[in-house]
Amino acid sequence: MHASIADVIVDIVQNSIEANATHVELTIVTNPDRLMVTVKDNGKGMDATQLKRAFDPFYSEPGKHDKRRVGLGLPLLIQMVEQTGGQTDITSTPNLGTTVSFWCDQHHPDIPPLGDLPLALVSLMAYPSNCEISLARFNGNNSYDVTKSELVEALGSLEEPANLTLSRRFFKSQEESLYEEQ
Amino acid sequence: MSKKLTLDALRQLREDKQKELSKRDPANKDIQVIIGMGTCGIAAGAKNTFAAFLDILDAKNITNVLVRQTGCMGLCHSEPTVEVITHDMPPVIYGNVNKEACEKIISQHILEGKLVDDLICDRPAIDIIR
Repeated sequence: MHASIADVIVDIVQNSIEANATHVELTIVTNPDRLMVTVKDNGKGMDATQLKRAFDPFYSEPGKHDKRRVGLGLPLLIQMVEQTGGQTDITSTPNLGTTVSFWCDQHHPDIPPLGDLPLALVSLMAYPSNCEISLARFNGNNSYDVTKSELVEALGSLEEPANLTLSRRFFKSQEESLYEEQ
Repeated sequence: MSKKLTLDALRQLREDKQKELSKRDPANKDIQVIIGMGTCGIAAGAKNTFAAFLDILDAKNITNVLVRQTGCMGLCHSEPTVEVITHDMPPVIYGNVNKEACEKIISQHILEGKLVDDLICDRPAIDIIR
């Protein structure tokens, strides 16, 4: 199991990028009772048989990884959600894309911590691909949104440590502002 | 109340940083640090490795390094894994790269051109990865 929900989010978005998506919409909503995440992509999608196999930890789509045959991303998500009284919903259509959404009960004693979300978001925005990532983040009545292209336009290459460090400061300040008095 | 950093403020910070860097070091980015961020890497703490490289490179003002991410390198038993590519040495994959290991890789491999022997991983053999 991943150590934090931020790690799970990174994993699920990477799946979208690896499914040749050109656009991923990531929505993260928190409130005192629930944490809700939706990852919607326009990647190659899956038919019903492929979708069923994606839940099997001992299956990875042929060609996705040249060095191994297991795929733990979705099974780890489902395990975490099932163990903490939440719910997962995955829909997919071949050639149109996949939407993975889940919610967790914030009061459940076994829910993993949210983790270092600013760092996770930097990692996603900097993951090497031409995929646009749109983030919408809500906490109660506060929110912010940003896209990968906006960050690149503001900073330049997201492979330079100085720019990655500035991105991290950006997300950290945005996250802190979400938890200010509402 | 914290001061929220906007994209405009971020643009300004970037310009300031660029001016500062161009005064100090115009060198080409000829070194790559590639961090394995597959499920196995993330579960083993690759995100902390990523953060440690950023923090140490920034603290030491090292500007000729690009930090990249990749998926699973096939060495799940030694995650987090990091490949270092420099122009005058063969590409090397290091395993079990925690914060201490990041320090060693930067100070020995990147700055001094010496391999960090105890962290080197062999690449998976072709017959195994098939």
